[in-house]
Amino acid sequence: MGTDFLQYVISGITIGAIYAMVAIGYNIIYSVTEIINFAQGEFVMLGGLFAVFFAGTLHLPLYLAFICAVAVAGCLGLAMDRFIIGRARESSVLSLIIITIAVSILLKGSAMLAWGKDPYSLPAFSSGGPIMVAGAAIQPQALWITGICALVVIGLTLFFRKSVYGQAMLACANNPQAARLVGIPVRYMVFLSFILSAAIGAAAGVIITPVSMMEYERGALLGLKGFGAAAFGGLGQFFGALVAGLILGLAESFCAGYLSSGYKDAVALVLLLMVLFLKPEGLFGNREAARLKKF
Amino acid sequence: MGGKPSMLLPLIEKIMLTVKSIHTYYGNIHALKGVSLHVRRGEIVTLVGANGAGKSTLVNTICGMEKPARGQIEFNGEPIEGLMPENIVGKGIALVPEGRQIFSAMTVEANLLMGGFVHRNNREQVRADMDRFFGRFPILKDRRHQLAGTLSGGEQQMLAISRALMSRPQLLVLDEPSMGLAPLMVKLILSIIRELKDEGRTILLIEQNARAALKIADRGYVLETGKVVLQGEGQELLEHREVKRAYLGKGAKQIWEA
Repeated sequence: MGTDFLQYVISGITIGAIYAMVAIGYNIIYSVTEIINFAQGEFVMLGGLFAVFFAGTLHLPLYLAFICAVAVAGCLGLAMDRFIIGRARESSVLSLIIITIAVSILLKGSAMLAWGKDPYSLPAFSSGGPIMVAGAAIQPQALWITGICALVVIGLTLFFRKSVYGQAMLACANNPQAARLVGIPVRYMVFLSFILSAAIGAAAGVIITPVSMMEYERGALLGLKGFGAAAFGGLGQFFGALVAGLILGLAESFCAGYLSSGYKDAVALVLLLMVLFLKPEGLFGNREAARLKKF
Repeated sequence: MGGKPSMLLPLIEKIMLTVKSIHTYYGNIHALKGVSLHVRRGEIVTLVGANGAGKSTLVNTICGMEKPARGQIEFNGEPIEGLMPENIVGKGIALVPEGRQIFSAMTVEANLLMGGFVHRNNREQVRADMDRFFGRFPILKDRRHQLAGTLSGGEQQMLAISRALMSRPQLLVLDEPSMGLAPLMVKLILSIIRELKDEGRTILLIEQNARAALKIADRGYVLETGKVVLQGEGQELLEHREVKRAYLGKGAKQIWEA
């Protein structure tokens, strides 16, 4: 019983870290543009599949494949803003959000054409068997996932809190006109947000592929759960996204373990609904700030 | 400040901003119909006019928020029309926009930090300037960690002015700084503008309280339906029959007379 519990906690944290990273991707673009980028899940999927392409097809070493996949996704994020979102810049935020849904469908379809419908896997980042802790097995890859996630959260939190450019990105979201008037090049900040968020999503996709494989249609569900975590933690809150992602991962893992794995995908949606009914600004959202925002 | 031998040169040199027959359209509306004006270093120039006369359009055109269809704008002898607003700040013009437009969901401190964005590579200067404004407006210091949107209207205006000054502009443009404020706050904001004038700053001021604005200003321009219809020294305009009739009114409440 105790071993089972521990095992569920470990797998919950692992998957929760992935949700947190996806949620952070939403948060970055939302923080700068107030757009919720529903193509975020597709960047996760593309990250995984590009890593498979670089490592499996081009036989690059794994770390290079990781870097290349993240870089390609970053470029796709930039292209998405430059050629699609940027063209509709004058439209309302809601229209832009709907455009992101279209981009998501486009990316998913292209991935299906490029990679087919089969799932792909990657070798784990480090070899060696699972580490046994009190009877529960920890895969080394789980450590990689949580470690990379922690690094991303800490790095981004510092960036947005402490650096002038991070603050400038927030200023763009809060009042783009005023941001331009104090000399912030809003267009570049938006580019940067799309690159960052696609890259982080892709990183999540690469690190999860050795554990749970990747295929063209995984993005939608990962994106949805990541969005659940982002809303649950409070949109724009990086620490909130981390906590909410972990809670979501644990809840799913327990549900799969103690109830039935058939219900596990519903957990995220139930959680999301509860948050929206009871605390729309999210766990860590600032009610005051939420009221001062447009969306 | 080299002493030039010519008698005329110093006068020309003192001119900081020149607007030459600017035309700006809002869609089909011809909002500015060939407006010309100039601002000399160290003076306060005010734009007076009714709603819809084109005052805000004019400052928005100067600051790059609107693109002029025709005409020239020169700042320190350099053409700036058609530049992006984010580049114009770097040239030394800062706008305190109508309605304040502070970063409401960010802290007071972050607002000031953003005001110094163009000097982001000079941290000491930004810090020192910020402390200076905290010294000048202690209320902002008390609320430095509060979200700017929770400040009162007057405090937000102080923040907006401080934020604009953080870029160390050569020319400060104020668009309706007293709009929507309580009478006491209007008085306070006007006294701040007077202080800025005493510091020798160059200011282009739009103000609905024509009387108060003309009293502070060295010179003024009266705008009507997109054209300059009158110009002159502040005092002169104050006593002008037309201005009195149209903008000052008889027996208007004089709450702004500090």
